[in-house]
Amino acid sequence: MHKEYLMGNAAIGRAALAAGMSFISGYPGTPSSEVLETAAKYRTDKTYVEWSVNEKAALEAAAGAAYCGARSMVTMKQVGLNVASDPLMSLAYVGVKGGMIILVADDPGPISSQTEQDTRTFALYSKLPCFDPGSVEEAYRMVRDAFELSEKYRTPVILRPTTRICHGYASIDVYDESEYLEIPAEGFVKDSSRWVIFPKLSYNAHMAIEKRNRELSSLLSSYEGNSFERGTLKTGIASHGISAAYVSEALEGLSEKPSFLKVGTPFPFPEDLAVGFLKSCDEVYCIEELDPVIERELTYLCGEYRLDTHILGKLSGDVHTAGENDPSYVNSLINSVLGNVLQTERMPDPPALPARPPVLCAGCPHRASFYAVKCAMKGKKAVFCGDIGCYTLGNAKPLDMVDTCLCMGAGVNIAQGIGRADPDTVCFAFVGDSTFFASAVTGAINGVYNGADMTLVILDNSTTAMTGHQPHPGTGRTMMGDIVEKIDIGAVLKGVGVTEVVTADPFDHEKAVRTVADTALKKGVKAIIFKSPCAMLIRPEKAYSITDKCTGCKGCIRKIGCPAIVIENEKVKIDTSLCTGCGLCAQVCPFGAIER
Amino acid sequence: MNNILIAGVGGQGIVLASKLIAFAASGNGMDVMGAETIGMAQKGGSVTGFLRTASAEKGEKLYCPMFPKGKGDIIIAFEPSEAVRNISCLKKGGTVIVNTNPVMPVTAALTGGSYSGSEMTDYLRELEKGSYIKLFAEDMAARCRELGNPRVLNILMLGLTVKSGTIDGITAEDIKNAIRKNVKPQFVDMNIGALESICS
Repeated sequence: MHKEYLMGNAAIGRAALAAGMSFISGYPGTPSSEVLETAAKYRTDKTYVEWSVNEKAALEAAAGAAYCGARSMVTMKQVGLNVASDPLMSLAYVGVKGGMIILVADDPGPISSQTEQDTRTFALYSKLPCFDPGSVEEAYRMVRDAFELSEKYRTPVILRPTTRICHGYASIDVYDESEYLEIPAEGFVKDSSRWVIFPKLSYNAHMAIEKRNRELSSLLSSYEGNSFERGTLKTGIASHGISAAYVSEALEGLSEKPSFLKVGTPFPFPEDLAVGFLKSCDEVYCIEELDPVIERELTYLCGEYRLDTHILGKLSGDVHTAGENDPSYVNSLINSVLGNVLQTERMPDPPALPARPPVLCAGCPHRASFYAVKCAMKGKKAVFCGDIGCYTLGNAKPLDMVDTCLCMGAGVNIAQGIGRADPDTVCFAFVGDSTFFASAVTGAINGVYNGADMTLVILDNSTTAMTGHQPHPGTGRTMMGDIVEKIDIGAVLKGVGVTEVVTADPFDHEKAVRTVADTALKKGVKAIIFKSPCAMLIRPEKAYSITDKCTGCKGCIRKIGCPAIVIENEKVKIDTSLCTGCGLCAQVCPFGAIER
Repeated sequence: MNNILIAGVGGQGIVLASKLIAFAASGNGMDVMGAETIGMAQKGGSVTGFLRTASAEKGEKLYCPMFPKGKGDIIIAFEPSEAVRNISCLKKGGTVIVNTNPVMPVTAALTGGSYSGSEMTDYLRELEKGSYIKLFAEDMAARCRELGNPRVLNILMLGLTVKSGTIDGITAEDIKNAIRKNVKPQFVDMNIGALESICS
């Protein structure tokens, strides 16, 4: 082994390769994406890597590989598991042959997600074993443990790091390449009593799963990822994941210590270990992120074992119910529980801070597309359904062009529903190219089949930008480095019966506005493909600047809100270090005062 | 032990700066942990990176990359309001290394907000006078213009940090080695040149 400074996600990807994983698939999503990217970068000649079209496809493909005896991994963020939940629930019954890890990154906060759902709860629901690492180092170790457990019990296993583990860094011990395991896949062995799900199989599997999970609960009580340190006090702290690391640090300097239970396998819950912990405490504070999983388990165990230990946490109102924990919160919570007073130094109050919300980049083609639609629909009753991607940021002022956003691919269907319930509205749905392939194609088919009136605007920037520029079916590149036929979005739309499909350059502003105005008011499902590459993928052109024709009307700022246009000494100025030379501002200035 | 917070605006090169300190520290045998904001916040939003180094020889132990408020030793702020935004993470007498050149948020241009950056630097100077902080403030945008390259801001900030002498166990030479190992070969000389323009 040797030491390396690694991001949590890189550690997971490297650990999977070291454990002999030969198949990995996934769909990008913050904070999970770097796991698969790392596996692609360090893959051996025996590793197959793919970005699948969505999480459902990814999970099914990884299951197929695991049926053959290959060690496989599938990666996604927590909301991706909702998409993959159909195959997940059934696969839990059918099981696997090769070890299979379902890597699901949770995002307390949430920092860049729609929901604060907890994959530990999904593990309980699907009855699948779940590992919850508390550090980058532990995530590295748990990968090998998870593969072993998966193979031994012929079940997929969930590994659920959170953002602070995924995007945390640490110098850790990693295997040398000579120490990597080789797990040859036997190949698919036909056995319809095993691989074909039928009610009888499900009934038998259900009984076997319940029995297995009881066994696992007992076994996992001695797993090193679960720990119980007896303290000197009758107060206990129970925690998990990165929060457990915050607890450890908060306890470090204390002379009188509470007992401390760290749960690394929330399901099956390490019952024997937890009961020993409960018996040592009069009261227990559960410090968790997302759902009160440990708090519920401990409360249940107190009932089952007739213990009068008082369990406190989110359910009792003693710990905040939403958002992520941080070291300050955990430190002050523990000290207040223990009755310690923390000294704080008060500094003079700072001046008012400027708000700095995330915005579309300078030169982003989405800005131009949104603005073209906005101009074309000026004065009309129109609704703009957004979707998941960088373009969700089109909601910010001054564009204000995202009226709804729900989940991947939802906008195209929401627009149809609004059109039925509010028929005099012109309905638009905006969707990016990667999201289109992932889950908006079915929405387009739904609209054509049911005769909806709506305009689908495809914001095609030739990449999956928000999550770090991953390739997708429209880019013609795969994660194996192959150049393949690009899947043409316009041809797909025509193929499913969208008769009006037009392509436009969003940076040719007048023409773009005309295209929208001509298309949007027609009957049926129409599609406009705004095609222009992500500004981060192309070399910037010569920057524009403001000439003395500028009257200071600030129209450019009020219309398009580009971060490269700033006010300096009460004059409008273009920050040349940010300007990419897209020229949109020059086209919207009524005085022709922006030139290059 | 160093508890460092690097703060700035998405796109200023904070991730690389943090990585270079981490490599310099781990190259010297220290334990290192870090945490970064990645994803939606990177698009022009406020960005912070935590970095902690510890010496096992001295019996120091790291549990997690983030540290509680009031425990920070150094803030390296690429933008003055981002230094002030994160000031509560600093311990009394901690160090603030700051680029005084402001980045205007789009919202300020839109709403006619009066943010100029100097009110932030004035506040930091007030804290320095009250002995709450040690302050190293410099207009790094001006330095970048002298060097003719806006992309070396992060290296200049590292240079100012090393020059301040407040970071434990990391020298300019360590940062140069980290640059050689982590930066694309064609940019190594440019970055080392930028570092040497501040500290050698």
